[in-house]
Amino acid sequence: MFIETILIAMREIRRNVMRSSLTILGIVIGVAAVITMVTVGDGATKQVAYEISSLGSNLLDVRPGQSFRGPGGTRSGAPMFKIADAEAIERDVSGLAGVAPMTGRSAQAIYGNENWATNITGSTNNFLLVRNWVLSGGRQFTDGELRAGAAVCIIGATIRKQLFGEQDPVGRTIRLEKLSCQVIGELKSKGQSSFGMDQDDIVLIPLRTVQRRIVGNNDISSISVSAKDGVSTEKVKEEIERLLRERRRIGKNKEDDFNVRDMQEIVKTLTGTTRLLTTLLGAVAAVSLLVGGIGIMNIMLVSVTERTREIGIRLAIGAMEKQVLMQFLIEAVVLSCFGGLIGIILGIAAAAAGASALKVPLILNIGIIIIAFVFSAAVGVVFGFFPARKAALLDPIEALRHE
Amino acid sequence: MITTPSGTGNMYPVIELNNVTRVYGTGTAAVNALQGIDLRIDHGDFVAVMGPSGSGKSTCMNILGCLDTPSSGTYRFKGVEVGNLSRDQRALLRRHYLGFVFQGFNLLNRTSALENVELPLIYRGTPATERREMARKALAAVGLNGWESHTPAELSGGQQQRVAIARAIVASPEVLFADEPTGNLDSARSREIMELMTDFNRDQGITIVMVTHDAVMAAYARRIVRFMDGIIDKEEQNGG
Ligand SMILES: Nc1ncnc2c1ncn2[C@@H]1O[C@H](COP(=O)(O)OP(=O)(O)O)[C@@H](O)[C@H]1O
Ligand SMILES: [Mg+2]
Repeated sequence: MFIETILIAMREIRRNVMRSSLTILGIVIGVAAVITMVTVGDGATKQVAYEISSLGSNLLDVRPGQSFRGPGGTRSGAPMFKIADAEAIERDVSGLAGVAPMTGRSAQAIYGNENWATNITGSTNNFLLVRNWVLSGGRQFTDGELRAGAAVCIIGATIRKQLFGEQDPVGRTIRLEKLSCQVIGELKSKGQSSFGMDQDDIVLIPLRTVQRRIVGNNDISSISVSAKDGVSTEKVKEEIERLLRERRRIGKNKEDDFNVRDMQEIVKTLTGTTRLLTTLLGAVAAVSLLVGGIGIMNIMLVSVTERTREIGIRLAIGAMEKQVLMQFLIEAVVLSCFGGLIGIILGIAAAAAGASALKVPLILNIGIIIIAFVFSAAVGVVFGFFPARKAALLDPIEALRHE
Repeated sequence: MITTPSGTGNMYPVIELNNVTRVYGTGTAAVNALQGIDLRIDHGDFVAVMGPSGSGKSTCMNILGCLDTPSSGTYRFKGVEVGNLSRDQRALLRRHYLGFVFQGFNLLNRTSALENVELPLIYRGTPATERREMARKALAAVGLNGWESHTPAELSGGQQQRVAIARAIVASPEVLFADEPTGNLDSARSREIMELMTDFNRDQGITIVMVTHDAVMAAYARRIVRFMDGIIDKEEQNGG
């Protein structure tokens, strides 16, 4: 009998394709919206986390200046680091994988007729280690090159493409302002970052070379430190802060004139923010699902009124209350489940389109898909119940007389 | 499931009304549609109910058809006091013992003749193949061979009423109630319907209670019950 009731409901749905599709439209949009929002949001969260971690795992960035001033304020009052500061960190702080003292500025790079404005970074081979760079060709600096300040460089994928096109750059010489510099290696591309900066637009030159022949001083503008796996970056941060306060003779009650940024902390903050956004968008979409449910109730109520005579006939012929109730309830649930399914398909399609447009990975959250489906079925039950009850309680005599 | 008193055979008449009244509304707006009806209908009878408009014929039919219950008095169907049954129990009683034909046909729109006739069997839980076969036979019995897949909109009034009769008799009911079954049909179509009803009464022993305004139609019945202002004015046996 239950199966018969389902069949009756299905037959009624098929008999009224137009009304049925209008009924489920709200659910379709609601489910599709939830799935699109959450999927794209999850992708964005993953992307942010991935981009930050591509800068280097367990990375800490040490810069002069107070943190709240931001990078622009650093050079105003606070003294720059010296190479000795980096050496002290390497010597005195435990649990480090590498320390890379850095300096640099932007400069014009020229090769033949090509020229390209790029960023020069002066550092050591440790830079490659702490920032997760991999060579796609050539070699690292030798100790001799680093010590002597040799005119050699390792170039990023962007400048390689701009200056050399398809040619092999290794062994060729480019000009960076007055410095003629031999390319000894190239970096594997990390890809465009969504923060708007191109990580691959980089020329790495030995620290001493940059200090002497490009910026003309002995300053270190920042120190990148990478902690060993399993070592707490928080502890490392504290140790570096204690050491630098000592070395820079900062009094007990004075604020730091440098700052140590913990990338993992930033990852947490940023992914937390995007996750919150995802939740909010998902909630807004869930409201539209609720509105879809009200739409179902609305059309089911109209449908009950419109079909009063049919209900009267069924009751007169011997349908029991619960059978009429079930018929309409099943109609509502079948409709809303069907709407849910279409919504899921549309949602995944829209999420895939959105993810590729925003260049974020497509991460299907099975949990959300199941929740959206179950929720749409529940919407059918909840919002279908009232109209179904109304139908079941009709007086057969009145119903038969209904025009 | 309603079970009539077992082992009673024909001890009880199919229908037995004792001093049945029906009051619509309350207070000053109250309408006494039935004012004390006594009526007994035995198995296999064919009764025509006549009387002027507003005399309480439909009200009485609704009570007999277990769609409504008396305000006072008793209605026994095969010995079972219908006034004591719940809504669902009365639905089961209708499902298993009664068939209905209405003036306005009351078929499901956009539904084939066959599916319309299958409807009572669906609620009886008859398996699909058997159901289809029974519906086909019922349609054949009312002369609608070949019209199975037509919807009511594609059928004439006479054909629609024949579908309704097929639906009413498909489950072999004990009693067939027909409230002005020919009210919307011309006289030729009306006579065809009456022939069909007479056949079912005679060949299958289905008890028939039919409301009609038309003396020609009433002449097909064995007995005529005349209503007047909510009481039975006259009962007469048809000659012959
Ligand atoms: N649902 C109702 N509510 C109020 N009064 C009704 C209702 N149904 C019938 N009546 C009244 O009861 C009386 C009998 O009606 P009815 O049984 O339909 O008569 P008939 O079928 O003989 O024309 C009429 O006066 C009618 O107005
Ligand atoms: Mg009437």
